[in-house]
Amino acid sequence: MSAPIQLRPDETFILNVGPQHPATHGVLRVKMQMDGEYIVKAETVLGYVHRMHEKMGENRTYAQYLPNLSRLDYLGALGYTHGHVLAIERAAGIEVPERAEYIRAITVELNRVASHLFWFGAFVMDLGGFSPLMYAIQDREHILDMLEAVTGARLTYCYYRFGGLYNDVDDDFIEAAKRFIPRMRKSLKKYDALVTGNIIFRKRLEGIAPVSAEMCRKYGATGPVARGSGINFDVRKNEPYSVYPEFDFDVPVYHECDSMARYKVRMDEMEQSLRIIEQGLEKLPDGPVMAEKKPKNIKLPVGDFYQAVETARGSFGIRIVSDGDKNAYRLKLRSPTYSNMHLFDEACEGMLIMDALAFMGSLDLVIPEMDR
Amino acid sequence: MSLTLLNVIVAVVIAIAFAAVNAAYLVWAERRGAARIQRRPGPNINGPFGLLQPPADGIKLMTKQLMIPGGADKILFMVAPVLAMVPAIMSFVTIPFSEGIVARNMDIGVLMIFAFASMGAMAILFAGWGSRNKYAVMASVRAVSQSVSYEIPMLITAITVIMVNGSMDLKAISLNQAGGFWHWNIFPSLQSPLMPISFIIFFICSLAETNRAPFDLGEAESELVAGFHTEYGSMGFGLFFMGEYANIVIGACLTTILFLGGWGCPFGLFPGVWWFLLKIYLLIATFIWIRWTFPRTTIYGLLNLSWKILIPISLFNLLLTAGLLKVF
Repeated sequence: MSAPIQLRPDETFILNVGPQHPATHGVLRVKMQMDGEYIVKAETVLGYVHRMHEKMGENRTYAQYLPNLSRLDYLGALGYTHGHVLAIERAAGIEVPERAEYIRAITVELNRVASHLFWFGAFVMDLGGFSPLMYAIQDREHILDMLEAVTGARLTYCYYRFGGLYNDVDDDFIEAAKRFIPRMRKSLKKYDALVTGNIIFRKRLEGIAPVSAEMCRKYGATGPVARGSGINFDVRKNEPYSVYPEFDFDVPVYHECDSMARYKVRMDEMEQSLRIIEQGLEKLPDGPVMAEKKPKNIKLPVGDFYQAVETARGSFGIRIVSDGDKNAYRLKLRSPTYSNMHLFDEACEGMLIMDALAFMGSLDLVIPEMDR
Repeated sequence: MSLTLLNVIVAVVIAIAFAAVNAAYLVWAERRGAARIQRRPGPNINGPFGLLQPPADGIKLMTKQLMIPGGADKILFMVAPVLAMVPAIMSFVTIPFSEGIVARNMDIGVLMIFAFASMGAMAILFAGWGSRNKYAVMASVRAVSQSVSYEIPMLITAITVIMVNGSMDLKAISLNQAGGFWHWNIFPSLQSPLMPISFIIFFICSLAETNRAPFDLGEAESELVAGFHTEYGSMGFGLFFMGEYANIVIGACLTTILFLGGWGCPFGLFPGVWWFLLKIYLLIATFIWIRWTFPRTTIYGLLNLSWKILIPISLFNLLLTAGLLKVF
C-alpha cells in the first residue's frame, strides 16, 4: 500500500495535469496547486519533446536544416519553412522569382486555414463537443490533399528552397484551390451556425480567461492571442515580407480579451486567408519558380540576420548568426506558442479547472513547436 | 403460490435480460448514431452493420484483467460498478411495457424507480473515492452535486404528474392517458396548463441524471481524463458503461409513461408494446443526438440552471397544479 494522499495545511493539493492528459494535446505538463476545483497556482513544465532543433541548425548546413523547420509545428509547417528560406535568401542576397513568392503565399495561407481548422475542432472537443472536429478534419483533408499533390507531404513539408520552390504547381492544384474557396466559405457559415451561436459554447467562453494587452506584451504573446486582446499586430502588415503588401486583407482584432475573442480572431483569420488565396490565384504570374543565379553551397556573409513571419500561431522569428561558414554559428528560433503559453501560469490563477483548460485550448498550443 | 413466485422470477429475468440487451445495443446505436452525425462509418466490420460489435466488446472487456490501483479502497472499488449496474436494471422490474407486460406492477412504481435512481450517485461517489485518484474524486464530487440538484426538480415534476393522475402506479398513469394523444400528460389540461414546460424540465433532468452530455461533468474526458471511472478497466468499466445506458433506457421509459401516454397509440389505434418501444427509442435517439451536438456545460452553469431556473419553475408549477386541482 502506498502512503495516503497528504493534504497541505491550507488544504490545497497538487494536481498533475499531464504529461499525458487529453487537454494538453501533447506532452505538456502543468503542475496545478488546487483548492477544490479552483487553481491556486499553476506551473507549466516543458521539455518532454525537446529535440534540440536549434543545436541541429548549428551542426547542419543551411540546406540540410530545411526539413527540420517543418518538424516544429506539424499543423502549420509551411509558415516556419517560409521564415527560414526568407531569412537565408535575404542574408545571401538571392532573388526569388515572383511566381515562387506567390505560390509560397498561397500555400502558407492554405496551411494556415488547415491549422486553424484543426484548432477549431480540437478546441470544441476540449469543451466537450465532438462532432465539429470531424467536420473540421473533413475540410482540412481537402487542403492536405492539395498540398500533398504539390509538395509530396501531408504535414511535414519541405517544399520551399533557397531561391524558389521544389517544383511548380500544376493546373490541378489551381483548380482545386479555386473550388475549395467557396466550399470553405460555406463551411465557415456552417461552423458559425453550429458552434459560435451555441448558448453553452458562448457561456463557456464569453468573459472567461481575460488576458490583458499588458499581459500579452509582458510575455511576448503574439498572433491570435494578442489580437484577441486588442493588440493590432500582424507581421504580414507591420513588417511586410514576401508578396503580402500586394494583397488586400484585414487583420481581425477583438478587444474583449476573453476566450471568445481569441476564438473569433481565428475564425475571421480563416476568411482573410481565403481572401489572400483568392487574390493570389488571380494574380499568379507566369515564369520560373527557381532563381537562376543561386550558389550551390550557400554560405552566408558574416553577420547577424533575423526574419519574422506570421505563422498560424503568431510571429515566428529565426535569428541566424553567421561566421561565414556553410552552417550557422548560432541559430535561435523564436516560436510563438512558447511565449503564448507562458501567459497560462499567471492568467489561470483563481480559475476553475474546466475554464483553465478551455483557456489553454484557446491559446492553440502545439507542444513540439514549444519545446523545439 | 409457487406458480406465482415462478411467474415473478421469469418476468424479472426477462426484464433484466431486456435491460442488458438494451444497454449493450445502445452502445452500438450510439456509436452508429455518432458516426452518422460526424459523417463517418462507425463500427461496421463485425457482422451486418457491425451488429456483432457489442458481444465482441463484451468478450474483450470480460477477458481483461481487473486491475486495482495500489492504495485504492478495495471493497468500495469493487462494489461501485455493481452498484451502478444493479439499481439501473432493477428499475426495469416495475416498468409496464404494455397492459399485460410488466414484471411486477407496484402501486408505488414511481417512488421505487426514483429510489433506485438515487443509488446511482452513490456508485459514482464510491468509485471516485475508492480509486485513490484526484481526478476521480473531483469528478465524483461533481457528479454527486449534479445528481442532488437535478433530482429535486425531477421529483417535483413527477409529483405534479402524480397529482394530476392521482396515482403512483405507472400502469395506472399510463391507462389514464389512453385513447389518443390529446389525453397525454405532455399537453396542457385544465388542471395543469404548464405541462409542456414540466416535460422539458423532466427531460433536461433525465439527461443530467444519466450524466450525459451536455451534462457529463462526472466524466468530462477533456478535463478529468475519464472522470470517476479513470482507474477502471475490464468489466468494472463495462458495468459502469452498461449502467449508464440502462439508466438512459429507464429515463426514456419514465418520460414515456409520465408524459407520452405509455403504450397508448397517438390516435387511439392498436395500443400495445410496439408504441411504447417506438416512443422510448425516439427519446433515446434524441438523447444521442443532443450528446453529439452540444458542448459540455460548466459546473456552475449546471448548478445555476437547476437551482435558479428549474427548481423555481417546477415548484411554481406544482403549486399552480395543486391550486387548480382544488378548483376543477
